[in-house]
Amino acid sequence: MSDTSTDRRPVVTPSRVVAALCLIAPFVAMLWVGSYGKVEPTLIGIPFFYWYQMAWVPISAVLTSTAYFLVRREQRARKGGGSA
Amino acid sequence: MNDGVNGVALAVFIFFFLAVTVMGFLAARWRAAENADNLDEWGLGGRSFGTWITWFLLGGDLYTAYTFVAVPAAIYATGAAGFFAVPYTILVYPLIFTFLPRLWSVSHKHGYVTTSDFVRGRFGSKGLSLAVAITGILATMPYIALQLVGIQAVLDVMGVGGGEDTNWFIKDLPLLIAFGVLAAYTYSSGLRAPALIAFVKDTLIYIVIAVAIIYIPIKLGGFDDIFAKAGHALAQENPATGKPKGELASGDKSQWAYATLALGSALALFMYPHSITATLSSRSREVIRRNTTILPLYSLMLGLLALLGFMAIAAGVKVDNGQLAIPQLFENMFPDWFAGVAFAAIGIGALVPAAIMSIAAANLFTRNIYKDFLRPDATPAQETKVSKLVSLLVKVGALAFVLTMDKTVAINFQLLGGIWILQTFPAMVGGLFTRWFHRWALLGGWAVGMVYGTVAAYGVASPTQKHFGGSSDEIPGIGEIGYIGFTAFTLNVVVTVVLTFVLRALKAPDGVDETSASDYTADVGDPGVQADLPPATAGAPGGH
Repeated sequence: MSDTSTDRRPVVTPSRVVAALCLIAPFVAMLWVGSYGKVEPTLIGIPFFYWYQMAWVPISAVLTSTAYFLVRREQRARKGGGSA
Repeated sequence: MNDGVNGVALAVFIFFFLAVTVMGFLAARWRAAENADNLDEWGLGGRSFGTWITWFLLGGDLYTAYTFVAVPAAIYATGAAGFFAVPYTILVYPLIFTFLPRLWSVSHKHGYVTTSDFVRGRFGSKGLSLAVAITGILATMPYIALQLVGIQAVLDVMGVGGGEDTNWFIKDLPLLIAFGVLAAYTYSSGLRAPALIAFVKDTLIYIVIAVAIIYIPIKLGGFDDIFAKAGHALAQENPATGKPKGELASGDKSQWAYATLALGSALALFMYPHSITATLSSRSREVIRRNTTILPLYSLMLGLLALLGFMAIAAGVKVDNGQLAIPQLFENMFPDWFAGVAFAAIGIGALVPAAIMSIAAANLFTRNIYKDFLRPDATPAQETKVSKLVSLLVKVGALAFVLTMDKTVAINFQLLGGIWILQTFPAMVGGLFTRWFHRWALLGGWAVGMVYGTVAAYGVASPTQKHFGGSSDEIPGIGEIGYIGFTAFTLNVVVTVVLTFVLRALKAPDGVDETSASDYTADVGDPGVQADLPPATAGAPGGH
């Protein structure tokens, strides 16, 4: 999504849209504090507030990785197309 | 709490400290290039670091000793509110995924060492570049000072440095020695020293956290007990405010503050010069993108570390200075030798970022003040010399700051630094994507953000302080409590946009943009991308 190079292919492609969604999802989840500002249900004694946010660490890592692979695949396809 | 010196812990601490000192000096020879007399070499490690070194370097750089002490300390004092560090570090990575690779490309194409270099090249404005450079230096200085506060906390708990009645020289001697050594090897080895030491630091930290998060809950009777006790303690009334001390989960009233603090801090993190130094030292765009997918491991560690704050409450650790809560918890819970390992982890954790921060501040001074304004004809060798000297000065300044002023002053300035550095976001990240913003508008927005942020932070009172009592205040027009830095940033953007419309309508002269669209996506191997000096030791004489 950050790579709007000069070639003539469309800027918005399905894989870019998916990559963008992957990158936006953590913002929605983390900034909506009301969705997790509570103690119950607890997990091995840890209040929801804490384990939910910590669960988002691996989730967002997976999402960012997905975006990385999508962007890289597309970049390689473009490079193959002969752009300098 | 100073019940004598903890000999075993101290011996272990000194052992690790000596080991990293030797490493620091040897680092100069690691991946050395033929000609070490330019700023790329000393200040960016030859721009040759791959995925793993960059990961350790960034981790060592962003998750500092102060973080390790301050995040659990905030939890210890207020409960849930202190946990914002976790969503903050979650948001950082998807955010930098979008713009750091562009910065890497344009910097490698044009040989930029600092963000100010980029801003000057993009907007053709030395004034804007100077504003970014000064903001960076101002925000970094107290950050370095706080690393010293982290070391001090550890030394205090070990019983070194004595009580109030010792004379100042004996009291501060260990800190002076630690910093003298740090200054010496940064001077001789540049960015290579912290990169190598970061390995040791992170290994120690990961071991300590893994042990702490399993061993301490077992000793305290499990997380159920820990949170029950902590919840009870936080519900107690704070005698100074007449309100509960904190809460276990963010209630309705504190959610805006929580979210804006997380977002504002995430936006600010990669505006800090030391984050950029570590980024630009990597070998390729790919290295950066790959790092955004593996750096979250540190966030997980930070989350676990934050929970130690609750354990300190549950374990009945009582300290006046919240900064000492975690070192004291380690001392109470661990056998002496392992407490020594934990203290070494925090101590070394202070040295790595302090080294990188002083290098970053020195680069800013050399490139954007010395070369742009004082000596435009400086040679690369002169630049390196000035940078090395300034890195020493910066450290001495931070030391003087910590030794002569109250600790709260450093913390206040750090708080302000976070607000200030965020105001460089529109020029830098905006500039990476568009040339639409007018350079003078960016300068205007920056000034408004800086002034608003400073005044608002000055006006926040807390039970213990009249000014700079916290980083949150009422958001004008919304009425909720929010992070001042974020409010200032929003104002900054609004002013920048409005002024850009006005200046464009008036046809105010636009600076020369020396970059072109393809510079922002260039990668290693593309024509014109300044070849990172040969990776590993290919270019070194004698082939070591």
